[in-house]
Amino acid sequence: MADEIILLDFWPSMFGMKVRIALAEKGLKYEYRDEDLFNKGPLLLEMNPIHKKIPVLIHNGKPICESQIIVQYIDEVWKDKSPLLPSDPYHRAQARFWADYIDKKLHLLGARLWRTKGEEQEANKKEYIECLKLLEGELGDKPYFGGENFGFVDVNLMPYFSWLYVFEIAANFSIEAECPKLITWAKRCMEKESVSTSLPDHQKLYDFFLQLKKWHGIE
Amino acid sequence: MATSDVKLLGAWPSPFALRVHIALNIKSIDYECLEENLLAKSQLLLQSNPVHKKVPVLIHHDKPICESLAIVQYIDEAWSSAPSILPSDPYDRAVARFWAAYIDDKWFPWLNGVANAQGAEAKKAALDQVREGLVVLEEAFGKCSKGKDFFSGDRIGYVDIALGCFLGWVYVAEKRNDVKLLVEDKMPGLAAWANKFCEDGTVKDVMPDKDELLEFANMILEARAKLNASSNN
Repeated sequence: MADEIILLDFWPSMFGMKVRIALAEKGLKYEYRDEDLFNKGPLLLEMNPIHKKIPVLIHNGKPICESQIIVQYIDEVWKDKSPLLPSDPYHRAQARFWADYIDKKLHLLGARLWRTKGEEQEANKKEYIECLKLLEGELGDKPYFGGENFGFVDVNLMPYFSWLYVFEIAANFSIEAECPKLITWAKRCMEKESVSTSLPDHQKLYDFFLQLKKWHGIE
Repeated sequence: MATSDVKLLGAWPSPFALRVHIALNIKSIDYECLEENLLAKSQLLLQSNPVHKKVPVLIHHDKPICESLAIVQYIDEAWSSAPSILPSDPYDRAVARFWAAYIDDKWFPWLNGVANAQGAEAKKAALDQVREGLVVLEEAFGKCSKGKDFFSGDRIGYVDIALGCFLGWVYVAEKRNDVKLLVEDKMPGLAAWANKFCEDGTVKDVMPDKDELLEFANMILEARAKLNASSNN
């Protein structure tokens, strides 16, 4: 029986991007549905009644929610192609640790970056760069966080780089000088079709961001 | 395996450290427990968890693993013989991870919020939110347990560990605020589960005494209140 896969998503969402990359890495065909987050559809509300959020993966009618959980699910079900988590338990624990760090720290700090101004924004910029430097240290000289192969942490971090373009303009800074290895890593990831086809165009994202600022009443 | 191969850096009041104790017990692993003083953290802790500087940390063959749920999954994978902590089916695993994430990201911050709430109205709202979360978890318990004793079925598993570790702190919030949170007629499944969890062989010797936890909580919350009062002058 062919698998039926539906992804309920919202194109600018970093969390949705992770799932798109994972599905592409596994070469999976699926139906993509963009949700209107101001007018959530009945399927989303039925499939994720607790959080009512995207992304939601619906596999043969059964919903899986929360981006990191979805990516692990995809990796476990379609385990024969492009494994994302390493096989060794210690390295798996490390990958989960860093994915959690990215989701908890980077996400919060990124959101603070564009919502603050002046001295507060400068302090947030510093903290954001410190986090990226920590991740850069973890990458070391490896081509990917997963080692020789693109893996779980790479999937989790790349979407933030999509938004980094927007943050750099909004908060007037550049990480190129501070985190050159991460820039090289991001360029290497973008050469992968699974990544480049899953991430939105920078300009489109920036235009969306301007809309987002308006909705939040921020200059 | 030599005891020194497995070390747990923990702190007796920490529900997160308790998760790891239980997981190690489920797998019958011998381990050395190193009690941290969270006001004077050891060099070993700071070296093993430089990012968060928090307990628990599991040190296995001198390699540190941090974050309680990552540690529990590590234990399940590194000691892969039965009993399992996570289910074997990928969909069931996703459901278990979902509820553990709900507990950590939504419900526990609400429980934590009770102590921070200022004034009677805010306290009541915070307590109501904790109870609402427990109603959601009651429904989850019904679906996951399928009539058995635990979220995982016949034995304690991932979601049981994720939630059960907070039972002592639920008791603390109930006593300090003179309310019931785990209300038997609203949450009969969870009420029965809570008793079975606390009595389980893998839990009862490692769960801190509830009244000692209450005394500890009273002490730190009073110290914090004094500090706030003096800094407001």
